[in-house]
Amino acid sequence: MEVPILKQGGYLIATIQAALSDADLIKLQDALVEQVGKYRSKGVIIDVTALDVMDSFATRTLRSIAHMIKLRGAETVICGIQPEVAFAMVQLGLTLEGISTALDLEEGLALLNKRTREREAARGR
Amino acid sequence: MAKKEESRIPPDAEQNLPSESIGELLRQLVSHLRQNRTQLRQEWARRITQAKLLTAMSQDEIFAEATTIYDNYVEALESGTFEALQGYARNLSERIIPRGVETQEVIGIVLLLRDVLARSLFAKYQHDFALLNRILDAYEPAANSIANTVAVGFVQERERTITQQQEAIRELSTPVLQVRERLLILPIIGVIDPQRARQLTEQLLRGIRTNRAKVVVIDITGVAAMDSNVANHLVQTVEASRLLGATVIVTGLSPEIAQTLVTIGVDLTKMNTVGDLQGGIEEAEKLLGYKVILVSDTTVQA
Amino acid sequence: MHYSTSGLESARRHVGDEVRVVIESDSDIVLAREHGRLIGKKLGFSATDLTLIATAISEVARNILVFAKNGEIVIREINEHGRTGIQIMAKDNGPGIPDIALAMQEGYSTGKGLGMGLPGSRRLMDEFQVISSVADGTIVEMKKWVNKNG
Repeated sequence: MEVPILKQGGYLIATIQAALSDADLIKLQDALVEQVGKYRSKGVIIDVTALDVMDSFATRTLRSIAHMIKLRGAETVICGIQPEVAFAMVQLGLTLEGISTALDLEEGLALLNKRTREREAARGR
Repeated sequence: MAKKEESRIPPDAEQNLPSESIGELLRQLVSHLRQNRTQLRQEWARRITQAKLLTAMSQDEIFAEATTIYDNYVEALESGTFEALQGYARNLSERIIPRGVETQEVIGIVLLLRDVLARSLFAKYQHDFALLNRILDAYEPAANSIANTVAVGFVQERERTITQQQEAIRELSTPVLQVRERLLILPIIGVIDPQRARQLTEQLLRGIRTNRAKVVVIDITGVAAMDSNVANHLVQTVEASRLLGATVIVTGLSPEIAQTLVTIGVDLTKMNTVGDLQGGIEEAEKLLGYKVILVSDTTVQA
Repeated sequence: MHYSTSGLESARRHVGDEVRVVIESDSDIVLAREHGRLIGKKLGFSATDLTLIATAISEVARNILVFAKNGEIVIREINEHGRTGIQIMAKDNGPGIPDIALAMQEGYSTGKGLGMGLPGSRRLMDEFQVISSVADGTIVEMKKWVNKNG
């Protein structure tokens, strides 16, 4: 199942809509890393609200995506992790250290706005 | 003479008599208990009071319950099914457990009823021991099942109540409080075991989601002791909250706990810690963009 | 959740009260954990426990795929000493694990940078054991009990 990527202003929004196989995740990674350059996006939001499991592979892939996007000059926010999923992740020993997280899409957008403003202010100096 | 002959028939042969099957004997028994309903339940209620059972209940209450149990009891004897009695036992338990009625009292009153009924059977059939024996043979197993049903029903209800209360206490012991929009406080008091740590984390995560919290202050001033397990749970709680997009500030680490943590080598440097709860809330407000301004004295007095 | 049930029915073979899922590709991992959820839900596990079970299945199923290429996951209800629980067996005929103690160590990994798999899943479940030989492959057995201490 392919993950739709929506271009909204300077941001890309990827909304995961169902449980993903490893191959789907890798496809998402390729698509995001490519499009972030193509559209010169400043930020990427990955909405994982629909994911009922985040295992080590999914977490590692999301982490890689965030790092690659950083190398492409944009910010990533992962939003919508469910309480049960967060609980399972920390039990498993998985974290998303160094990656921004937000409660939901709305919060994710607010966070990205704040981040990009800060970045622009820093560059302006 | 014929009667005497009959009483010498060995027990085995007795049970083969078609006219006196167990069902027939129970029918006789039931009709006896129905005929003497008023007198027997009065006697039972009197014995209950005399034995100082169900002291939490008034005489009228005891008599009313005794009547219902009596009728259910006779019905169970007649039908051989215990559902109705079981249902009533559970219902009764539900009502009397909060009033402090103990298990032995419930067992006590059921055994008393058994005794009252058995005595009345003795009185009725004392002229014919053989028949009395057969009646008792039929009565005993049924009466035992009934006693068992009532006692088990009570104990189960009690256990259910206890589990419920434990749950309620556990919920109470980890209140997630919203002090401001998007700011939650979780004061932890007492001992943290793995089960409680889990429950606490689950509750906090749900709280973050429902209150859309951005900052959480976990105050551990009331935590008695901290070892590496508890510290790890704390770290996990902080990490899980962050996955939901909330920042956690930990406050109230006592000098002892701070020393312990450093000594056992738990790394809490990644955790956001502030000395006390007040400082924690101030820090949280700053993170949320609040500015707390002291209103001048004159305004307060006015 | 958001998955189609048609795939579930076809790939599933019932033996008594158990479900077997053949693990050959990464989409089978998704299938296996969805079965774990379904059975776990029937047994009365809480939402959090269902997620822990699904995550543990995901980890052991991926272990099969990475180390043995194929194998199977067997999920069943178990009853012991008046308790009800779920048992998950992950079996493969792969190369086996030469040193189980080493494999159970945090951060140890021979595959593609995983290393969380076995020790991680052990923390998610109540009981966990690995039987492995280089000749016969690996069996991972995990159990979780319903409502352990409320």
